[in-house]
Amino acid sequence: MKAKLTFWKVVFLVLIAAGFYATILRFGRGLGASTNLNDQFPWGIWIGFDVLCGVMLAAGGFTLTAAVHIFNIKRLHPIVRPTVLTAFLGYLLVCVALMFDLGRPYRIWHPLIMRNPHSVMFEVAYCVMFYTAVLALEFAPIVLERFNLQKPLKIIRAILVPLVIGGIILSTLHQSSLGTLYLIMPEKLHPFWYTPLLPVFFFLSAIAVGLAMTIFESSMSSKHFGRQLELPLLQELGRIMVVVLSVVAVLRFEDLYHRGVLSLLFKPAYEMYLFWLELAMSLIIPLVLLSRKRIRQSSNGLYLCSVLVVLGFITNRLNVSITGMETSAGLHYVPRWTEVAVTGAIIAAGFALFGAAAKYLPIFPAEEHVAPGKITVVAGVVTPALEHAGD
Amino acid sequence: MSKALLYDATQCIGCKACEQACSEKNKLPYTDAIAKEQQQSDHKFTVVLTKGDKFMRRLCMNCAEPACASVCPVGALHKTAAGPVVYEENRCMGCRYCMVACPFGVPKYEWNKVLPRVQKCTMCSDRVSAGKQTACAEACPTGATKFGERDELIAEAQRRIQQNPGTYVNHIYGVNEVGGTSVLLLSSVPFEEFGYRTDLTRDPLPLLTYRVLSRIPDFVPLGGILLGGVWWITHRREDVAAAESHVLQPEGEKGQKQ
Repeated sequence: MKAKLTFWKVVFLVLIAAGFYATILRFGRGLGASTNLNDQFPWGIWIGFDVLCGVMLAAGGFTLTAAVHIFNIKRLHPIVRPTVLTAFLGYLLVCVALMFDLGRPYRIWHPLIMRNPHSVMFEVAYCVMFYTAVLALEFAPIVLERFNLQKPLKIIRAILVPLVIGGIILSTLHQSSLGTLYLIMPEKLHPFWYTPLLPVFFFLSAIAVGLAMTIFESSMSSKHFGRQLELPLLQELGRIMVVVLSVVAVLRFEDLYHRGVLSLLFKPAYEMYLFWLELAMSLIIPLVLLSRKRIRQSSNGLYLCSVLVVLGFITNRLNVSITGMETSAGLHYVPRWTEVAVTGAIIAAGFALFGAAAKYLPIFPAEEHVAPGKITVVAGVVTPALEHAGD
Repeated sequence: MSKALLYDATQCIGCKACEQACSEKNKLPYTDAIAKEQQQSDHKFTVVLTKGDKFMRRLCMNCAEPACASVCPVGALHKTAAGPVVYEENRCMGCRYCMVACPFGVPKYEWNKVLPRVQKCTMCSDRVSAGKQTACAEACPTGATKFGERDELIAEAQRRIQQNPGTYVNHIYGVNEVGGTSVLLLSSVPFEEFGYRTDLTRDPLPLLTYRVLSRIPDFVPLGGILLGGVWWITHRREDVAAAESHVLQPEGEKGQKQ
């Protein structure tokens, strides 16, 4: 246990150090010297991974708050906090990544006063801004509870339902809009991925990934903090995930069929292999595995499937933003080490912040034997969450 | 009426006077090495492509409904009434969506600067609004690049094709491409040979995103009402169930919750 922790600490420090050096290069020498971006390929992994995947991986926040606070699925309540935490950290880190990618990051506030409502990017900017604020408020009770500040806690609980509804609407808008970004380039994005349904696919896959991330996190935290969600909860999430994945799979097939792209699926090409990789990891293998009861009901099986779904849809986002754009750009984009280092450091920071929050704040439900609704003190941590919200 | 440029490749002699005039106008260096570059870049807004004895110009097409302007979150790019698509560098935050969205790959970035700008031909907007023609048209010794009213230039291009059908490809590039552009091209060899795509849609590209974006004003209130309704129903159901179980268990448990 101790040795393992030290190993991860070393990894963490190496990633942060490399990221720090890359940061100096990025801001000291500019984008050209510090990235492999160029006029033919202006968006690399900082957009394709850090922003597109970052926002997708944070989708558990709105999915779970919707399930618990709006659809009143009380069983899922214990997972709301870790997912809101993930979402909040995710969005903060997306904003950090944007600061690296923008040519003039100090103007990131410009959309506030210079508005172009016809721009998808403008809409995404506003949604991300407001939603980060919503997440901050949804996350705030955890901190307020820790320090026992009852008054602001009361205010947030009073506005929780409209807050959650606002968060869902904002998320629906910008999760789908990240797909809409690419609608304006029918002549550039490869036909595997260019479809008028891009916003729909981005939205649905965000839900699937939100659920998968919740399962994944639960397993991770059981390893590192000795806390995990009860199996029935994971099974419930798995069941919802099967439904969402099935819908995506059917729509995906219909979309390919109606656009006449099915024949391309068997024409060997660079894009074809990556498209199959994406389909296999995000849809085919998880659906086959989850169709077996034994796997669907075991925590290891669910863990495996959730990892596949997360990796599969990361592949999807990278395919849309990178693979699918390469042929029209006439080149292969491979990120420079600095780009990877910055991304690595951001991910490392995300894990570290999550770990710190899980350690010092009441994120995970105290043990099962605690009666719901009662205040319990476990290791100096006060429990119940937004439990009264919406009652 | 909006202004336009007509470039007739059959009249071009490849002297690159337009390139030089463009660089001077935009205060960019123009050396022999730069003259040889066959690519638009942050320091070369127009290029005369050469293939044997055939030539073709590349410059910003100054679209009627520019994708770049439509995608810019801060409105740093916009189409002027006179025709040019202009860039306000003080607004730009450097997201480079314009570069990704442009169907012609025109906007270029100052990658080597710490505080870069987007760079592109702006059809000499200042000269045009002052009633002058563009620097490239003025410099052209043969009249291959001609400045004028868009409608008149289209009519003239049609006339040239009709009078010499053997000379020209029967296509005026820019009349319909992505909803029309302010740069019109005539050529004796297929446009694809010089990298111009002829498979572009005739619809303005901004429509593709606007169709989705324009639904947002409806989506927000409807979504809010719908989710509020779901919340009310799910929680009401719970209240009713609680109240009913209360009624069914007459004595004893009363007064516990109301």
